[in-house]
Amino acid sequence: MSTATAIRVTDLRKSYRKLHVLKGVDFEVERGSVFALLGSNGAGKTTVIKILATLLKADAGSADVAGFDVARQASEVRESISLTGQFAAIDDILTGRENLILVARLRHLRDPRAIAEGLLERFALTEAGDRKVSTYSGGMRRRLDIAMSLIGEPPVVFLDEPTTGLDPEARLEVWATVKKLASAGTTVLLTTQYLEEAEQLADRIAILHEGRIIVNGTLAELKKLLPPAKVEYVEKQPTLEDVFFAVTGTSHDLGKHDLPEGDRK
Amino acid sequence: MTTHFVGDTLTLTGRSLRHILRSPDTIITTAIMPIAFMLLFVFVLGGAIDTGTGPGEGSYVNYLLPGILLITIASGIAYVAYRLFLDLQRGIFERFQSMPIARSAVLWAHVLTSIVANLISVVLVVGVALILGFRSGAGPLAWLAVAGIVTLFTLALTWIAVIPGLTAKTVDGASAFSYPLIFLPFLSSAFVPTASMPGPVRWFAENQPVTSIVNSIRALLTQQPVGIELPIALAWCVGILAVAVAVATVIHRRRIG
Repeated sequence: MSTATAIRVTDLRKSYRKLHVLKGVDFEVERGSVFALLGSNGAGKTTVIKILATLLKADAGSADVAGFDVARQASEVRESISLTGQFAAIDDILTGRENLILVARLRHLRDPRAIAEGLLERFALTEAGDRKVSTYSGGMRRRLDIAMSLIGEPPVVFLDEPTTGLDPEARLEVWATVKKLASAGTTVLLTTQYLEEAEQLADRIAILHEGRIIVNGTLAELKKLLPPAKVEYVEKQPTLEDVFFAVTGTSHDLGKHDLPEGDRK
Repeated sequence: MTTHFVGDTLTLTGRSLRHILRSPDTIITTAIMPIAFMLLFVFVLGGAIDTGTGPGEGSYVNYLLPGILLITIASGIAYVAYRLFLDLQRGIFERFQSMPIARSAVLWAHVLTSIVANLISVVLVVGVALILGFRSGAGPLAWLAVAGIVTLFTLALTWIAVIPGLTAKTVDGASAFSYPLIFLPFLSSAFVPTASMPGPVRWFAENQPVTSIVNSIRALLTQQPVGIELPIALAWCVGILAVAVAVATVIHRRRIG
Protein backbone atom coordinates (compact mmCIF):
# COMPACT_ATOMS: atom_id res chain seq x y z
CA MET A 1 0.00 0.00 0.00
CA SER A 2 1.41 3.37 -0.92
CA THR A 3 2.24 5.74 1.89
CA ALA A 4 -0.12 8.32 0.45
CA THR A 5 -3.14 6.10 1.10
CA ALA A 6 -4.79 6.44 4.50
CA ILE A 7 -7.73 4.12 3.94
CA ARG A 8 -7.98 1.26 1.49
CA VAL A 9 -11.15 -0.79 1.16
CA THR A 10 -11.18 -3.84 -1.12
CA ASP A 11 -14.25 -5.86 -2.05
CA LEU A 12 -15.88 -5.37 1.35
CA ARG A 13 -18.98 -7.50 1.93
CA LYS A 14 -21.39 -7.63 4.83
CA SER A 15 -24.81 -9.23 5.25
CA TYR A 16 -27.25 -9.27 8.09
CA ARG A 17 -28.98 -12.62 7.73
CA LYS A 18 -30.48 -12.42 4.22
CA LEU A 19 -30.01 -8.67 3.86
CA HIS A 20 -26.91 -7.95 1.76
CA VAL A 21 -25.85 -4.51 2.94
CA LEU A 22 -22.43 -4.34 1.29
CA LYS A 23 -21.93 -6.28 -1.93
CA GLY A 24 -18.31 -5.58 -2.68
CA VAL A 25 -17.26 -2.04 -1.80
CA ASP A 26 -13.95 -0.66 -3.06
CA PHE A 27 -12.43 2.75 -2.47
CA GLU A 28 -9.26 4.48 -1.39
CA VAL A 29 -8.77 7.65 0.58
CA GLU A 30 -5.65 9.68 0.10
CA ARG A 31 -3.82 10.78 3.21
CA GLY A 32 -4.82 14.27 4.37
CA SER A 33 -7.90 14.46 2.17
CA VAL A 34 -11.61 14.66 2.90
CA PHE A 35 -13.59 11.79 1.41
CA ALA A 36 -17.37 11.85 1.40
CA LEU A 37 -19.42 8.69 1.26
CA LEU A 38 -22.76 9.74 -0.08
CA GLY A 39 -25.87 7.65 0.05
CA SER A 40 -29.48 7.51 1.08
CA ASN A 41 -30.67 6.07 4.38
CA GLY A 42 -29.90 2.37 4.63
CA ALA A 43 -27.33 2.46 1.83
CA GLY A 44 -24.73 0.91 4.15
CA LYS A 45 -22.67 4.00 4.98
CA THR A 46 -22.72 3.36 8.72
CA THR A 47 -21.84 -0.30 8.16
CA VAL A 48 -18.71 0.74 6.25
CA ILE A 49 -17.73 3.15 9.03
CA LYS A 50 -18.31 0.53 11.73
CA ILE A 51 -16.13 -1.99 9.94
CA LEU A 52 -13.37 0.58 9.50
CA ALA A 53 -13.64 1.56 13.18
CA THR A 54 -13.26 -2.12 14.23
CA LEU A 55 -16.76 -2.26 15.71
CA LEU A 56 -18.03 -4.76 13.18
CA LYS A 57 -16.42 -7.63 11.27
CA ALA A 58 -16.79 -7.82 7.53
CA ASP A 59 -17.94 -11.10 5.99
CA ALA A 60 -15.39 -10.83 3.20
CA GLY A 61 -12.95 -8.43 1.64
CA SER A 62 -10.30 -6.40 3.41
CA ALA A 63 -9.77 -2.92 4.77
CA ASP A 64 -6.63 -1.08 5.84
CA VAL A 65 -6.66 2.05 7.94
CA ALA A 66 -3.43 4.00 8.44
CA GLY A 67 -1.57 0.96 7.13
CA PHE A 68 -3.16 -1.53 9.55
CA ASP A 69 -5.59 -4.29 8.71
CA VAL A 70 -8.88 -3.72 10.54
CA ALA A 71 -9.43 -7.41 11.21
CA ARG A 72 -5.95 -8.54 12.20
CA GLN A 73 -4.50 -5.34 13.70
CA ALA A 74 -7.60 -3.93 15.37
CA SER A 75 -5.84 -2.39 18.33
CA GLU A 76 -3.31 -0.59 16.10
CA VAL A 77 -6.21 0.71 14.03
CA ARG A 78 -7.92 1.98 17.19
CA GLU A 79 -4.74 3.87 18.08
CA SER A 80 -4.91 5.69 14.74
CA ILE A 81 -8.58 6.61 14.44
CA SER A 82 -11.43 8.34 16.11
CA LEU A 83 -15.09 7.81 15.46
CA THR A 84 -17.85 10.36 15.74
CA GLY A 85 -21.05 8.42 15.44
CA GLN A 86 -24.37 9.43 14.03
CA PHE A 87 -25.65 10.57 17.41
CA ALA A 88 -23.48 12.65 19.69
CA ALA A 89 -21.82 10.00 21.84
CA ILE A 90 -21.22 12.11 24.91
CA ASP A 91 -21.94 11.66 28.59
CA ASP A 92 -24.94 13.83 29.50
CA ILE A 93 -24.40 13.65 33.23
CA LEU A 94 -20.81 14.86 33.10
CA THR A 95 -19.76 18.40 32.22
CA GLY A 96 -18.14 19.21 28.88
CA ARG A 97 -14.77 19.48 30.56
CA GLU A 98 -15.19 16.12 32.30
CA ASN A 99 -16.11 14.46 29.01
CA LEU A 100 -12.89 15.73 27.43
CA ILE A 101 -10.76 14.73 30.42
CA LEU A 102 -12.33 11.26 30.37
CA VAL A 103 -11.36 10.68 26.73
CA ALA A 104 -7.87 12.10 27.25
CA ARG A 105 -7.36 9.69 30.16
CA LEU A 106 -8.63 6.75 28.10
CA ARG A 107 -6.15 7.68 25.36
CA HIS A 108 -3.46 7.58 28.05
CA LEU A 109 -2.27 11.11 27.37
CA ARG A 110 -0.31 13.31 29.70
CA ASP A 111 -2.03 16.27 31.34
CA PRO A 112 -5.68 15.60 30.40
CA ARG A 113 -6.77 18.85 32.09
CA ALA A 114 -4.65 21.02 29.84
CA ILE A 115 -5.88 19.12 26.77
CA ALA A 116 -9.49 19.67 27.86
CA GLU A 117 -8.87 23.35 28.49
CA GLY A 118 -7.31 23.80 25.05
CA LEU A 119 -10.16 22.06 23.24
CA LEU A 120 -12.86 23.94 25.15
CA GLU A 121 -11.25 27.14 23.97
CA ARG A 122 -10.78 25.96 20.40
CA PHE A 123 -14.43 24.94 20.15
CA ALA A 124 -15.82 28.01 21.91
CA LEU A 125 -17.08 25.97 24.83
CA THR A 126 -15.00 27.49 27.62
CA GLU A 127 -17.95 29.20 29.27
CA ALA A 128 -20.12 26.11 29.05
CA GLY A 129 -17.25 23.83 30.07
CA ASP A 130 -18.39 23.33 33.64
CA ARG A 131 -22.06 22.85 32.85
CA LYS A 132 -23.65 19.45 32.52
CA VAL A 133 -23.81 18.40 28.88
CA SER A 134 -27.57 17.79 29.21
CA THR A 135 -27.99 21.60 29.18
CA TYR A 136 -26.16 22.02 25.84
CA SER A 137 -27.80 22.91 22.53
CA GLY A 138 -27.59 20.54 19.56
CA GLY A 139 -24.72 22.46 17.98
CA MET A 140 -22.75 22.59 21.21
CA ARG A 141 -23.21 18.85 21.69
CA ARG A 142 -21.90 18.16 18.21
CA ARG A 143 -18.94 20.48 18.78
CA LEU A 144 -18.08 18.72 22.03
CA ASP A 145 -18.50 15.38 20.27
CA ILE A 146 -16.04 16.36 17.55
CA ALA A 147 -13.68 17.90 20.10
CA MET A 148 -13.62 14.54 21.92
CA SER A 149 -12.72 12.86 18.64
CA LEU A 150 -9.70 15.09 18.14
CA ILE A 151 -8.06 14.22 21.46
CA GLY A 152 -4.76 12.50 20.85
CA GLU A 153 -4.74 13.86 17.30
CA PRO A 154 -5.60 10.63 15.49
CA PRO A 155 -4.45 10.78 11.85
CA VAL A 156 -7.77 9.38 10.57
CA VAL A 157 -11.16 10.70 11.66
CA PHE A 158 -14.52 9.11 10.82
CA LEU A 159 -17.55 11.36 10.92
CA ASP A 160 -20.81 9.48 10.46
CA GLU A 161 -23.47 11.94 9.32
CA PRO A 162 -21.96 14.77 11.36
CA THR A 163 -24.71 17.28 10.61
CA THR A 164 -27.85 15.16 10.66
CA GLY A 165 -30.41 16.76 12.94
CA LEU A 166 -28.53 20.03 13.31
CA ASP A 167 -29.94 23.48 12.59
CA PRO A 168 -28.33 25.43 9.71
CA GLU A 169 -26.08 27.47 11.98
CA ALA A 170 -24.74 24.43 13.78
CA ARG A 171 -24.21 22.77 10.41
CA LEU A 172 -22.01 25.64 9.29
CA GLU A 173 -20.04 25.35 12.52
CA VAL A 174 -19.39 21.67 11.86
CA TRP A 175 -18.37 22.40 8.27
CA ALA A 176 -15.88 25.00 9.45
CA THR A 177 -14.48 22.47 11.94
CA VAL A 178 -14.05 19.79 9.28
CA LYS A 179 -12.32 22.26 6.96
CA LYS A 180 -9.89 23.21 9.71
CA LEU A 181 -9.20 19.58 10.43
CA ALA A 182 -8.44 18.83 6.81
CA SER A 183 -6.18 21.82 6.48
CA ALA A 184 -4.19 20.51 9.45
CA GLY A 185 -3.49 17.29 7.55
CA THR A 186 -6.01 14.93 9.13
CA THR A 187 -7.65 12.38 6.86
CA VAL A 188 -11.41 12.67 7.14
CA LEU A 189 -13.92 10.10 5.99
CA LEU A 190 -17.42 11.44 6.36
CA THR A 191 -20.78 10.04 5.44
CA THR A 192 -23.67 12.23 4.54
CA GLN A 193 -27.02 12.18 2.82
CA TYR A 194 -26.78 15.88 2.00
CA LEU A 195 -25.35 16.52 -1.44
CA GLU A 196 -24.44 20.07 -0.55
CA GLU A 197 -22.35 18.87 2.37
CA ALA A 198 -20.26 16.61 0.16
CA GLU A 199 -19.90 19.42 -2.35
CA GLN A 200 -18.73 21.86 0.33
CA LEU A 201 -16.27 19.64 2.14
CA ALA A 202 -15.00 16.75 0.13
CA ASP A 203 -11.97 16.38 -2.11
CA ARG A 204 -13.46 13.18 -3.44
CA ILE A 205 -16.99 11.91 -3.37
CA ALA A 206 -18.20 8.33 -3.66
CA ILE A 207 -21.81 7.38 -4.03
CA LEU A 208 -22.80 4.20 -2.22
CA HIS A 209 -25.93 2.72 -3.71
CA GLU A 210 -27.45 -0.70 -3.08
CA GLY A 211 -24.29 -2.03 -1.50
CA ARG A 212 -21.82 -0.86 -4.16
CA ILE A 213 -19.85 2.26 -4.97
CA ILE A 214 -21.43 3.37 -8.22
CA VAL A 215 -19.49 6.61 -8.72
CA ASN A 216 -16.20 7.81 -7.27
CA GLY A 217 -14.36 11.00 -8.19
CA THR A 218 -13.78 14.67 -7.58
CA LEU A 219 -16.68 17.05 -7.79
CA ALA A 220 -15.49 18.21 -11.23
CA GLU A 221 -15.28 14.61 -12.43
CA LEU A 222 -18.76 13.85 -11.14
CA LYS A 223 -20.13 16.92 -12.89
CA LYS A 224 -18.70 15.69 -16.16
CA LEU A 225 -20.92 12.64 -15.91
CA LEU A 226 -23.88 14.84 -16.66
CA PRO A 227 -24.62 16.27 -20.09
CA PRO A 228 -22.81 19.57 -20.68
CA ALA A 229 -24.40 22.61 -19.10
CA LYS A 230 -26.67 24.70 -21.29
CA VAL A 231 -27.61 28.28 -20.66
CA GLU A 232 -31.16 28.84 -19.55
CA TYR A 233 -32.84 31.87 -18.08
CA VAL A 234 -34.18 31.13 -14.60
CA GLU A 235 -35.24 33.78 -12.10
CA LYS A 236 -33.22 33.26 -8.93
CA GLN A 237 -35.51 32.81 -5.97
CA PRO A 238 -33.99 33.09 -2.50
CA THR A 239 -33.81 29.72 -0.83
CA LEU A 240 -35.33 29.32 2.61
CA GLU A 241 -31.78 29.06 3.88
CA ASP A 242 -30.94 32.50 2.46
CA VAL A 243 -34.04 33.86 4.20
CA PHE A 244 -33.09 32.20 7.46
CA PHE A 245 -29.65 33.75 7.51
CA ALA A 246 -30.96 37.14 6.37
CA VAL A 247 -33.52 37.43 9.17
CA THR A 248 -31.37 35.91 11.93
CA GLY A 249 -28.49 38.14 10.88
CA THR A 250 -25.96 35.30 10.96
CA SER A 251 -23.18 35.19 8.48
CA HIS A 252 -23.15 32.55 5.79
CA ASP A 253 -19.37 32.88 5.54
CA LEU A 254 -17.90 29.41 5.78
CA GLY A 255 -14.35 30.64 5.72
CA LYS A 256 -14.41 32.32 9.09
CA HIS A 257 -12.63 30.31 11.70
CA ASP A 258 -13.94 31.57 15.02
CA LEU A 259 -16.99 29.52 15.74
CA PRO A 260 -20.05 31.40 16.88
CA GLU A 261 -20.77 31.31 20.61
CA GLY A 262 -23.14 28.45 21.24
CA ASP A 263 -26.19 28.52 23.45
CA ARG A 264 -28.70 29.37 20.75
CA LYS A 265 -31.15 26.51 20.72
CA MET B 1 -4.10 -3.58 25.47
CA THR B 2 -4.14 -5.47 28.73
CA THR B 3 -1.44 -3.21 30.11
CA HIS B 4 -4.05 -0.49 30.38
CA PHE B 5 -6.75 -2.69 31.92
CA VAL B 6 -6.42 -1.43 35.49
CA GLY B 7 -5.99 2.22 34.57
CA ASP B 8 -8.85 2.19 32.05
CA THR B 9 -11.14 0.39 34.49
CA LEU B 10 -10.40 2.95 37.22
CA THR B 11 -10.96 5.87 34.83
CA LEU B 12 -14.31 4.49 33.71
CA THR B 13 -15.30 3.54 37.26
CA GLY B 14 -14.63 7.15 38.26
CA ARG B 15 -17.01 8.19 35.51
CA SER B 16 -19.91 6.01 36.62
CA LEU B 17 -19.35 6.75 40.32
CA ARG B 18 -19.77 10.38 39.37
CA HIS B 19 -23.12 9.48 37.83
CA ILE B 20 -24.18 8.03 41.16
CA LEU B 21 -22.94 11.05 43.11
CA ARG B 22 -25.04 13.26 40.82
CA SER B 23 -28.14 11.15 41.22
CA PRO B 24 -27.88 9.66 44.73
CA ASP B 25 -31.58 8.75 44.44
CA THR B 26 -30.47 5.45 42.85
CA ILE B 27 -28.89 4.47 46.16
CA ILE B 28 -31.81 5.71 48.24
CA THR B 29 -34.48 4.00 46.12
CA THR B 30 -32.43 0.81 46.32
CA ALA B 31 -32.57 1.00 50.12
CA ILE B 32 -36.21 2.08 50.48
CA MET B 33 -37.96 -1.14 49.42
CA PRO B 34 -35.92 -3.43 51.69
CA ILE B 35 -36.44 -1.00 54.57
CA ALA B 36 -40.20 -1.06 53.91
CA PHE B 37 -40.12 -4.88 53.88
CA MET B 38 -38.23 -4.81 57.15
CA LEU B 39 -40.79 -2.51 58.80
CA LEU B 40 -43.65 -4.65 57.45
CA PHE B 41 -42.19 -7.89 58.75
CA VAL B 42 -41.04 -6.55 62.11
CA PHE B 43 -44.17 -4.57 63.02
CA VAL B 44 -46.98 -6.33 61.12
CA LEU B 45 -46.09 -9.95 60.50
CA GLY B 46 -43.22 -10.54 62.89
CA GLY B 47 -45.40 -11.08 65.96
CA ALA B 48 -47.05 -14.07 64.31
CA ILE B 49 -43.85 -15.70 63.06
CA ASP B 50 -42.13 -18.21 65.29
CA THR B 51 -38.52 -18.42 64.27
CA GLY B 52 -37.63 -20.74 67.07
CA THR B 53 -35.23 -18.17 68.49
CA GLY B 54 -37.57 -17.43 71.36
CA PRO B 55 -39.02 -14.14 72.48
CA GLY B 56 -36.91 -11.16 73.25
CA GLU B 57 -36.54 -7.67 71.96
CA GLY B 58 -35.20 -7.33 68.47
CA SER B 59 -35.03 -11.05 68.00
CA TYR B 60 -37.03 -11.05 64.75
CA VAL B 61 -34.98 -8.19 63.28
CA ASN B 62 -31.92 -10.25 64.04
CA TYR B 63 -33.47 -13.21 62.22
CA LEU B 64 -34.67 -11.09 59.30
CA LEU B 65 -31.68 -8.89 58.50
CA PRO B 66 -29.59 -11.30 56.38
CA GLY B 67 -32.52 -11.87 53.99
CA ILE B 68 -33.26 -8.16 53.84
CA LEU B 69 -29.64 -7.49 52.86
CA LEU B 70 -29.93 -9.94 49.97
CA ILE B 71 -33.16 -8.27 48.81
CA THR B 72 -31.35 -4.92 48.91
CA ILE B 73 -28.65 -6.24 46.61
CA ALA B 74 -31.09 -8.04 44.30
CA SER B 75 -32.95 -4.78 43.71
CA GLY B 76 -29.80 -2.63 43.55
CA ILE B 77 -28.13 -4.53 40.73
CA ALA B 78 -30.92 -3.56 38.31
CA TYR B 79 -29.16 -0.21 37.96
CA VAL B 80 -26.14 -1.88 36.34
CA ALA B 81 -28.33 -3.20 33.56
CA TYR B 82 -29.96 0.22 33.31
CA ARG B 83 -26.72 2.18 33.07
CA LEU B 84 -25.14 -0.25 30.66
CA PHE B 85 -28.23 -0.15 28.45
CA LEU B 86 -28.14 3.66 28.34
CA ASP B 87 -24.45 3.64 27.43
CA LEU B 88 -25.18 1.30 24.54
CA GLN B 89 -28.20 3.24 23.38
CA ARG B 90 -26.49 6.63 23.49
CA GLY B 91 -23.50 5.47 21.50
CA ILE B 92 -20.89 6.25 24.15
CA PHE B 93 -20.26 2.51 24.47
CA GLU B 94 -19.23 2.40 20.80
CA ARG B 95 -17.05 5.43 21.28
CA PHE B 96 -15.21 3.66 24.11
CA GLN B 97 -14.90 0.45 22.09
CA SER B 98 -13.42 2.30 19.11
CA MET B 99 -10.70 3.74 21.34
CA PRO B 100 -7.37 2.11 22.21
CA ILE B 101 -8.53 0.86 25.62
CA ALA B 102 -8.83 -2.54 27.26
CA ARG B 103 -12.29 -3.43 25.97
CA SER B 104 -13.49 -5.34 29.01
CA ALA B 105 -12.71 -2.30 31.18
CA VAL B 106 -16.05 -0.87 30.07
CA LEU B 107 -17.91 -3.77 31.73
CA TRP B 108 -15.70 -3.98 34.81
CA ALA B 109 -16.19 -0.27 35.50
CA HIS B 110 -19.96 -0.77 35.69
CA VAL B 111 -19.49 -3.84 37.88
CA LEU B 112 -17.21 -2.06 40.37
CA THR B 113 -19.59 0.90 40.51
CA SER B 114 -22.45 -1.48 41.28
CA ILE B 115 -20.50 -2.99 44.17
CA VAL B 116 -19.76 0.42 45.69
CA ALA B 117 -23.37 1.60 45.29
CA ASN B 118 -24.84 -1.62 46.69
CA LEU B 119 -22.53 -1.64 49.70
CA ILE B 120 -23.64 1.91 50.52
CA SER B 121 -27.29 0.80 50.29
CA VAL B 122 -26.52 -2.18 52.52
CA VAL B 123 -24.93 0.10 55.13
CA LEU B 124 -28.07 2.30 55.05
CA VAL B 125 -30.29 -0.74 55.61
CA VAL B 126 -28.11 -2.00 58.49
CA GLY B 127 -28.36 1.48 60.02
CA VAL B 128 -32.17 1.33 59.96
CA ALA B 129 -32.06 -2.20 61.37
CA LEU B 130 -29.99 -0.90 64.30
CA ILE B 131 -32.69 1.68 64.99
CA LEU B 132 -35.30 -1.13 64.93
CA GLY B 133 -33.39 -3.02 67.59
CA PHE B 134 -30.96 -5.17 65.61
CA ARG B 135 -28.06 -6.20 67.80
CA SER B 136 -25.13 -8.51 67.20
CA GLY B 137 -22.28 -9.59 69.38
CA ALA B 138 -20.23 -10.59 66.35
CA GLY B 139 -16.56 -9.64 66.40
CA PRO B 140 -14.65 -7.82 63.68
CA LEU B 141 -13.63 -11.06 61.97
CA ALA B 142 -17.23 -12.27 61.73
CA TRP B 143 -18.30 -8.87 60.35
CA LEU B 144 -15.48 -9.02 57.86
CA ALA B 145 -16.69 -12.46 56.77
CA VAL B 146 -20.25 -11.09 56.40
CA ALA B 147 -18.91 -8.20 54.30
CA GLY B 148 -17.00 -10.71 52.19
CA ILE B 149 -20.08 -12.86 51.52
CA VAL B 150 -22.24 -9.80 50.76
CA THR B 151 -19.59 -8.46 48.33
CA LEU B 152 -19.22 -11.81 46.59
CA PHE B 153 -23.00 -12.12 46.27
CA THR B 154 -23.18 -8.59 44.83
CA LEU B 155 -20.41 -9.38 42.36
CA ALA B 156 -22.18 -12.54 41.17
CA LEU B 157 -25.58 -10.86 40.81
CA THR B 158 -24.04 -7.81 39.13
CA TRP B 159 -22.55 -10.00 36.41
CA ILE B 160 -25.98 -11.54 35.90
CA ALA B 161 -27.30 -8.00 35.47
CA VAL B 162 -24.66 -7.25 32.82
CA ILE B 163 -26.37 -9.79 30.52
CA PRO B 164 -29.75 -7.99 30.18
CA GLY B 165 -27.82 -4.70 30.12
CA LEU B 166 -26.07 -5.85 26.94
CA THR B 167 -29.05 -7.56 25.31
CA ALA B 168 -32.18 -5.61 26.30
CA LYS B 169 -34.19 -3.79 23.65
CA THR B 170 -35.90 -1.35 26.04
CA VAL B 171 -35.10 0.29 29.37
CA ASP B 172 -37.89 -1.69 31.03
CA GLY B 173 -36.53 -4.93 29.66
CA ALA B 174 -33.10 -4.05 31.03
CA SER B 175 -34.33 -3.92 34.62
CA ALA B 176 -37.27 -6.35 34.68
CA PHE B 177 -35.00 -9.39 35.11
CA SER B 178 -34.35 -8.46 38.74
CA TYR B 179 -37.92 -9.07 39.98
CA PRO B 180 -37.54 -12.85 40.30
CA LEU B 181 -34.23 -12.30 42.08
CA ILE B 182 -35.92 -10.00 44.58
CA PHE B 183 -38.55 -12.64 45.37
CA LEU B 184 -36.12 -15.53 45.71
CA PRO B 185 -35.45 -14.69 49.39
CA PHE B 186 -39.17 -15.17 50.17
CA LEU B 187 -38.83 -18.82 49.14
CA SER B 188 -35.94 -19.36 51.51
CA SER B 189 -35.09 -19.37 55.18
CA ALA B 190 -34.88 -15.55 55.08
CA PHE B 191 -38.25 -14.82 56.73
CA VAL B 192 -39.49 -18.07 58.20
CA PRO B 193 -37.73 -21.33 59.01
CA THR B 194 -37.97 -23.74 56.08
CA ALA B 195 -39.29 -26.45 58.43
CA SER B 196 -42.70 -24.73 58.40
CA MET B 197 -43.07 -25.06 54.59
CA PRO B 198 -44.97 -27.81 52.70
CA GLY B 199 -42.90 -30.55 50.98
CA PRO B 200 -41.94 -29.34 47.46
CA VAL B 201 -41.64 -25.71 48.55
CA ARG B 202 -39.50 -26.77 51.44
CA TRP B 203 -37.29 -28.83 49.15
CA PHE B 204 -36.81 -25.85 46.83
CA ALA B 205 -36.19 -23.46 49.72
CA GLU B 206 -33.58 -25.69 51.29
CA ASN B 207 -31.69 -26.25 48.07
CA GLN B 208 -31.61 -22.78 46.54
CA PRO B 209 -28.62 -20.48 47.01
CA VAL B 210 -30.33 -17.81 49.10
CA THR B 211 -30.95 -20.18 52.04
CA SER B 212 -27.33 -21.18 52.48
CA ILE B 213 -26.18 -17.57 52.11
CA VAL B 214 -28.79 -16.32 54.60
CA ASN B 215 -27.95 -19.10 57.05
CA SER B 216 -24.24 -18.36 56.84
CA ILE B 217 -24.68 -14.64 57.46
CA ARG B 218 -27.15 -15.34 60.27
CA ALA B 219 -24.77 -17.77 61.93
CA LEU B 220 -21.90 -15.30 61.71
CA LEU B 221 -23.98 -12.48 63.19
CA THR B 222 -25.35 -14.61 66.05
CA GLN B 223 -21.99 -16.24 66.79
CA GLN B 224 -23.19 -19.72 65.87
CA PRO B 225 -20.99 -22.22 64.01
CA VAL B 226 -21.43 -21.78 60.23
CA GLY B 227 -20.94 -25.47 59.55
CA ILE B 228 -21.45 -26.77 56.01
CA GLU B 229 -23.64 -23.79 55.05
CA LEU B 230 -20.71 -21.44 54.44
CA PRO B 231 -18.87 -23.57 51.85
CA ILE B 232 -22.21 -24.25 50.11
CA ALA B 233 -22.96 -20.51 50.05
CA LEU B 234 -19.51 -19.67 48.67
CA ALA B 235 -19.78 -22.42 46.07
CA TRP B 236 -23.12 -21.02 44.87
CA CYS B 237 -21.73 -17.47 44.63
CA VAL B 238 -18.56 -18.50 42.81
CA GLY B 239 -20.52 -20.82 40.49
CA ILE B 240 -23.08 -18.15 39.58
CA LEU B 241 -20.26 -15.64 39.12
CA ALA B 242 -18.30 -17.92 36.78
CA VAL B 243 -21.32 -18.72 34.61
CA ALA B 244 -22.51 -15.09 34.48
CA VAL B 245 -19.04 -13.76 33.57
CA ALA B 246 -18.67 -16.38 30.85
CA VAL B 247 -22.08 -15.65 29.31
CA ALA B 248 -21.65 -11.86 29.57
CA THR B 249 -18.20 -12.05 27.98
CA VAL B 250 -19.46 -14.08 25.03
CA ILE B 251 -22.33 -11.62 24.46
CA HIS B 252 -19.96 -8.68 24.78
CA ARG B 253 -17.52 -10.15 22.25
CA ARG B 254 -20.33 -10.85 19.82
CA ARG B 255 -21.71 -7.37 20.29
CA ILE B 256 -18.46 -5.55 19.50
CA GLY B 257 -17.52 -7.85 16.63
